[in-house]
Amino acid sequence: MSSTALTGPSIEAQWVLPSRGRVGMISLIAAESAIFTIFVVAYIFYIGRSASRPMPKDVLELPIIATICLLSSSLTIHLAVRALRKVEVSAFGFWWLLTMTLGTIFLVGTGREWRRFIFEDGLTITTNLFGTTYYSLVGLHAFHVTVGLVAIALVMIFTLLGKVKPEHSERLEVFSMYWHFVDAVWVVVFTVVYVIGR
Amino acid sequence: MASETIALGTVDGGARPIGERLHDWVVTVDHKRLGILYIVYSLVFLVIGGIEATIMRIQLIVPHNHFVSPQVFNRMFTMHGTTMIFFVAMPILFGFGTYLVPLMIGARDMAFPRLNAFSFWMTAFGGLLLYFSFIGGGGLYGAGSAPDVGWFAYAPLTSRAFSVGHSTDFWTLALLVSGVGSIGTAVNFITTILCMRCPGMTLGKMPLLAWLNLITGGMVILAVSPLTAAQIMLSIDRYLGGHFFDTQAGGSAVLWMHFFWIFGHPEVYILIVPSFAFASEIIPVFSRKPIFGYPVMVAATVCIGFISFSVWAHHMFTVGMSSYGNTFFTITTMIIAVPTGIKIFNWIGTMWGGKIMFKAPMLFCIGFLFQFLIAGLTGIMLGASPFDWQLGNSYFVVAHFHYVIVGGILFTIFGAFYYWFPKMSGRMYSETLAKWHFWLFLIGFHLTFDFMHIPGVLGMPRRIYTYEPGRGWEIWNLLVTIGVFFQAAGVLVFVFNLLRSLRKGDPAGNDPWDAWTLEWSTTSPPPEYNFAVTPAVNSRRPLWDLKHPEDPDWKYE
Repeated sequence: MSSTALTGPSIEAQWVLPSRGRVGMISLIAAESAIFTIFVVAYIFYIGRSASRPMPKDVLELPIIATICLLSSSLTIHLAVRALRKVEVSAFGFWWLLTMTLGTIFLVGTGREWRRFIFEDGLTITTNLFGTTYYSLVGLHAFHVTVGLVAIALVMIFTLLGKVKPEHSERLEVFSMYWHFVDAVWVVVFTVVYVIGR
Repeated sequence: MASETIALGTVDGGARPIGERLHDWVVTVDHKRLGILYIVYSLVFLVIGGIEATIMRIQLIVPHNHFVSPQVFNRMFTMHGTTMIFFVAMPILFGFGTYLVPLMIGARDMAFPRLNAFSFWMTAFGGLLLYFSFIGGGGLYGAGSAPDVGWFAYAPLTSRAFSVGHSTDFWTLALLVSGVGSIGTAVNFITTILCMRCPGMTLGKMPLLAWLNLITGGMVILAVSPLTAAQIMLSIDRYLGGHFFDTQAGGSAVLWMHFFWIFGHPEVYILIVPSFAFASEIIPVFSRKPIFGYPVMVAATVCIGFISFSVWAHHMFTVGMSSYGNTFFTITTMIIAVPTGIKIFNWIGTMWGGKIMFKAPMLFCIGFLFQFLIAGLTGIMLGASPFDWQLGNSYFVVAHFHYVIVGGILFTIFGAFYYWFPKMSGRMYSETLAKWHFWLFLIGFHLTFDFMHIPGVLGMPRRIYTYEPGRGWEIWNLLVTIGVFFQAAGVLVFVFNLLRSLRKGDPAGNDPWDAWTLEWSTTSPPPEYNFAVTPAVNSRRPLWDLKHPEDPDWKYE
């Protein structure tokens, strides 16, 4: 790298700075964490304060399968990016598709749960404080899963068109940080909503 | 590549149609243009917010005045507060940061130029949404117009029952949208400063402005996000029938206060830390000395950043918290005064023994030092919870935070204007007019905000639209309002100076202040690519090294 006469002693030839994508994504994750923190705090603060039924213990069932699917999708996206870095594009496609499927199963699970609450248990966002906080927190998380799935689907389309190359592995790794974050948030939401709050 | 861009730049000076040039500004991703857009946008809102303040002060000039109705008065203080914080102070500081940070760290642009443009336009859209409430706020019910719930919009005033129509919706959406913009800008600042520094610029050699903007970025991310979350909750309450802040269904009005002030107090530091950054750049240059205690300055700012997240409930002493809560927040508020005090000593230490040049930027910074000290002292008074029970929600509080925001933040912003105006425009401002601006504004500021403390001590609550005669408040309110006209005159001189100097100012040259940071090494205004050759630095004052090869800084750092 050329430099002007601003120098005195020579500047070390290796001037390496952190990757923009990673730092940007970490900052974004920090901001998202703060948003989730406020929703989690509100949820915990309002546990047991609902003025009317249904209460959490009346309706909530542990979403075991959906949770297993979402958490294992963290592993598959990691394997996908690793495969791409090793120039194994078809293996990448396989793991990526699996990630997308697992994410979709999770979202379908949330959708079925909401459907049951609304049509069988009569719990909506207006019913009581539990409804308000539950739909807001789980909905905020589901929204993040949806955003992630849209991005994953886009990359899947590009993969099928043969446009995804090993040089994209760093970008996909940055994206996978987001996906890991969404999974980590689910661990918190699961604990707060389905374990502590029940 | 470089020569090509230079050629384009010279063509640009020719007579291209105005529509095309405006189009360039709308689609730009250049950090300098976006910075200027931020600043011009904020200046427009500064004038609007100032007019709102003037309307309130005219209403309060004498007892039983009928200049505006109580409803209009409520709208004025809500819009004044919201505008000044979210659409003047934040964007103007972001604007200077966006303009200066890449130049100061020797970068070509921000890390994410398109995100930068997105953030600006989100902020701009937020401001438009807020002001559209004057037209659309009534909704189909024809109820109300602009928001009238106060800038912190306590529940249950914001519930559907007490705020029919859409005024509160415009308020919450405006803050939600501009909050997204702020978070984008903060992500950009952090990434730019960590990943785009020119060779040799280690973290310990960064200009303080870059350091302080890095810390501000971190605070914006952690403080504005809770506000965004709270606005989502409020929207859920208002539009989907949720019960977050609905006390009748078990919700909590106090929870909103906590959420708002978890944002609200760090926000004060989000505004003051970039102001510290201006002072930290201007005071050394006009004292002809390097900054005193650079590492301590950075450490103190990091401390402020952390502690600022543990003081929020000192805004809520009068709500009635537990004695433990009161004690905790009193102690943290006292503690945060320590790093802030350290910084004041550092600036004084920088000036000590220096060859001080009393130019406009320095005058504003000296004003800032004195006024910020007093603002800090009244802050400590209000931070003591028993004292706050007496004076909370009085004009004493209003005087205190205006001392911080006008006396501290706005003064350094004016200083920064005069300091970097030659760089941004390529022309010098008129020093005579700048001095007029300084003295008019200083006199006006002290008339208004010194005397505003007294009716507060005498028991005048904030946000009242009129008052009874015979309580001893009349003379102080009169003086306070007279001060407003001095300030307005000062701002008019400032705007006139700005517009006149843009067209008729003397050419400034690259480095009119004989300064030391990288932005002064390029032309004024800088070319689109900033630096023809990527600079490399060896010390905190690269231009000093360049100008004094016999005695460079890197020998001592």
